[in-house]
Amino acid sequence: MSDLLVFEEEPSTEHKVVITVVGKDRIGIIAAITSCLAEHQVNIEDITQKILGEYFTMILVGDISKCPIPLSELRKNLIKRGEEVGVRVYLQHASIFRAMHRI
Amino acid sequence: MLFHRSEILETLRMLELENLDVRTVTLGISILDCRGRDFRETVERIVAKICRFASSLNTVACEVSEKYGIPIVNRRVAISPVALLLSGTEEVEDVVHLARALDEVAANLGIDFIGGFSALVHKGATCGDTLLMESIPALLSETEHICSSVNVASSRTGINVDAILIMAKVVQKTAELTAHRYGIGCAKLVVFANAPEDNPFMAGAFHGVGEPEAVVNVGVSGPGVVKEVVRRHPKATLGELAEVIKRTAFKITRVGELIGREVAEKLGVPFGIVDLSLAPTPRVGDSVAEILEEMGLERCGAFGSTLALALLTDACKKGGAMASSSVGGLSGAFIPVSEDARMSEAVEVGALSLEKLEAMTSVSSVGLDMIAVPGDTPWETIACIMADEVAIGVINHKTVGVRLIPVPGKRAGEKAFFGGLLGEATIIPVNPFQGARFILRGGRVPAPLTSLRN
Repeated sequence: MSDLLVFEEEPSTEHKVVITVVGKDRIGIIAAITSCLAEHQVNIEDITQKILGEYFTMILVGDISKCPIPLSELRKNLIKRGEEVGVRVYLQHASIFRAMHRI
Repeated sequence: MLFHRSEILETLRMLELENLDVRTVTLGISILDCRGRDFRETVERIVAKICRFASSLNTVACEVSEKYGIPIVNRRVAISPVALLLSGTEEVEDVVHLARALDEVAANLGIDFIGGFSALVHKGATCGDTLLMESIPALLSETEHICSSVNVASSRTGINVDAILIMAKVVQKTAELTAHRYGIGCAKLVVFANAPEDNPFMAGAFHGVGEPEAVVNVGVSGPGVVKEVVRRHPKATLGELAEVIKRTAFKITRVGELIGREVAEKLGVPFGIVDLSLAPTPRVGDSVAEILEEMGLERCGAFGSTLALALLTDACKKGGAMASSSVGGLSGAFIPVSEDARMSEAVEVGALSLEKLEAMTSVSSVGLDMIAVPGDTPWETIACIMADEVAIGVINHKTVGVRLIPVPGKRAGEKAFFGGLLGEATIIPVNPFQGARFILRGGRVPAPLTSLRN
């Protein structure tokens, strides 16, 4: 029973971002987005995607602690890269999801 | 995954489609230490202190807004009630000079509003208070970013009817001086009962005497988010509806607190409170009236509106109080007529009357807000409207404010355009029967009993 008394700390969201990609499915979306993240030293920690009909949604969780540019610039670059492959990209700091959805 | 897919998409929907934003980050600054040897020096010291604390407010708000991808619509400053710095030896021109100086500061620092040209006269007025009230029409007509409020009653002290009479004349004069813009000066002036000391919303924000040197207060928005959640539950009972609204209010409040704490930390001042008020804007989909209609009312103002608003306000407070231990300000649901396009429409089609609005204010979080009345409404009638509203606040131990705009030269049914967040309004008919002989008795109504509450 004593192992039930061990408290696991929730992982910090200080350097985490959530990237959501939505649009019509086509070849090369994941490649476009992930290469852009790699260029900016963002490590992808989790990724999930779903295709509903012809619509594509992908959600990525990234670590930005090594990212050399400000978040706003990263967001701009991702949105631009998304536009090139015809998808909308949203980047949010992960703290906002924790604030909203965790008590 | 750290968060569930549905949670992520829900948040995204709120931000992208449902107009969730932080309405205001309001920096409260005490200016009580700014009195100089003469008033000119006092003005210099106030300007210097505001610049010292607020110079980076705009930059910090932008940074935090960028970081989280959440718009912060307004940056505001609230200062200690200016009347406290007036000895009564100054003149109207001096107060207007201070207002002009601060108006310039606001423009230079990218601050939307500075509130605090205020007086607390719920029991009586000092020479300084009287001077401040006299200066209001001139200072509001000569500035863009300055807001003014006067507390004329409280549940502890009763109702200062003499102050109400002064303020009714002030409202009329302010409207006349800004007649070329539909009396817009009155949109920056609130008459309060039980004014909160930490309210981040304008026009009523001031930095209360019980507050620290400086403090960051945050006002969240979010009627669109609540409307959507109501829309997704068309078959829910009212009890179930209260529950889903409560959960939504929790989420909105958390966002507000996150932003507020970060802004406060970056500015190096303590975080004060989150004000949970659902604050509408004239944008479609950002309306409290739309929430009530989504609940099932044909039009906001139909019978049933008071209960619907009561349910909404209470659920917001409950969700918000769970979400943050630092809840304050006005907290509830605002019903500013001109700022809420759908509410303005309800007036236009005759669904929403001044009398119904008054009833609704007994359960909402502010009062008679942003209501355009005919320009020829006698000032005694304006005083009576204020007095009735203030009575609701005093007897029920709640905050109420009155922000009436008598639009010069316009009659009921005509339109007034204020622009921006202030929106536009159809002028509401006012009961033509007089209460002048009653209200002109003046004096002070004693504080109400707190027991025997039936």
